[in-house]
Amino acid sequence: MIKLYDYELSGNCYKLRLLMSFLGLEYQTEAIDFYPGNQHKSDAFRRINPLGQLPVIDDDGLVLRDAQAILIYLASKYDPNGKWYPRDDAALLGQMAQWMAFADGITATSSAARLHDGLFYSSIDIDAARAGAHRLFRILDEHLFFAEEAGQDWICPGDHPTVADIACFPYVILSEEGGISRMTYPAIRRWCDRFKRIPGFIVMSGVFPAGPGFTDAAGVAA
Amino acid sequence: MSSPKCKDPIALNLWYAIAPLEEVLDGKVERSILLEQPIAFTREPSGQIAVWSHDGDGARPVGASLPVQERYGYFWTTLGTPDADIFAIPEYDEPDRRNIHAASFGVNASAPRLVENFLDMGHFPYVHTDILGAEPHTEVKEYFVERSDERDEILATNCKFWQPMASRASSGGADVDYIYRVPHPYCSVLYKSAAIDPARMDAIAIFIQPITQESVRVHMMLSLLDDTSTDLDIRLFQQTIFGQDKPILENQYPKRLPLDPRAETPIRADKSAIVYRRWLSDKGITYGVIPAAA
Repeated sequence: MIKLYDYELSGNCYKLRLLMSFLGLEYQTEAIDFYPGNQHKSDAFRRINPLGQLPVIDDDGLVLRDAQAILIYLASKYDPNGKWYPRDDAALLGQMAQWMAFADGITATSSAARLHDGLFYSSIDIDAARAGAHRLFRILDEHLFFAEEAGQDWICPGDHPTVADIACFPYVILSEEGGISRMTYPAIRRWCDRFKRIPGFIVMSGVFPAGPGFTDAAGVAA
Repeated sequence: MSSPKCKDPIALNLWYAIAPLEEVLDGKVERSILLEQPIAFTREPSGQIAVWSHDGDGARPVGASLPVQERYGYFWTTLGTPDADIFAIPEYDEPDRRNIHAASFGVNASAPRLVENFLDMGHFPYVHTDILGAEPHTEVKEYFVERSDERDEILATNCKFWQPMASRASSGGADVDYIYRVPHPYCSVLYKSAAIDPARMDAIAIFIQPITQESVRVHMMLSLLDDTSTDLDIRLFQQTIFGQDKPILENQYPKRLPLDPRAETPIRADKSAIVYRRWLSDKGITYGVIPAAA
């Protein structure tokens, strides 16, 4: 069975919990004392991931690190419909890779600001982290706005969300914990709301479910 | 120390928990902030903890240390001259208890907003869904609040709430009894029925260290009756709960707690908050609050 080395308050671990929930996959977790214990920097954990970072999975002996890499692996192996990581369209593969790299930028800025404010990572330049997150959010907001204009709900073209949406979601939705407001990014806020309505969506601490929405039938009746 | 940035004499003269003892290491100087005053601390070769205030460079002035006490797994200090000792938590010394530091978290909210949230049962089903509450069990039943002027603290008793998973040691839903104490303007202790022994109670405390009027470090201490869970499981359970409270706390406006009774409209379930606000008002606290108009 898949084992996830996990920490509840980690947005990167949440990415994998989300995908496994969307796919209905069963898995085990091993809780890592990320804070305050710093267990991910211990010698024992560095033997599992020499980078000393979460998340890591162990799938029947295959040990993988890096949230984006694990998303690709799990979607490729366990999504019978191939919807979360479609592999037969070169353009789409390129776009998914582009936005997954973008998600790493969100981690480096928005997640860093959250660690600074919440967990006292005092070496982080908080002003640079917040400014960097706003720069990325502006780009994502514009992209999502034009996608909506073209009738698209998700980051990459198509009628189904992909691993790119999962990779970007956690540190966007947790951004306020780092003092980064999403007030001026309406397309991001609409995308977050759509994301929360994907069947199988789960929350983590700090993330709340979507509010009650109208079904089509209720909308017509109203 | 030059004149303090915090001008509230009540706040200046209180004791504050600053860091868990296990994080104060020999010879290593750590920095923190208390009431906007930069402070630094270390453990000396003698084993004693030394704390001092500084102007931002961390440098230790000769012979100008701040008072230190070790209590409940943390060291405490003060920028003033407290007229009372740190409040008692007698349960901490019971031999069969597990005393655990769950975490210290930074929160962009005022200290009194944290205390009020800690006292509030009404949010359990909505914020801690399927852990500390679940719909349709949303009613906050009538409870008692008293203010002891002799002990200078607030006590809320006879609080009851149905909880799906009251603690890491729970095996299912249960009606849980709660008692709340507010023995310090920025600290609170709650007691709740212990999963393994209904006749006794677990204790959970928050010790808030105000950084500024609108940002804090909150230290969470657990004193539990639990002979099965690991320290890590217990700590992570509490972190999960607090992680759910955090966005709620950080989205409360105004960030400082308004003490004017007309500023926010309480409901019956907020009885303890009403008494808490009045207590702060009567003390004359100004730090982290919006005082009522005279």
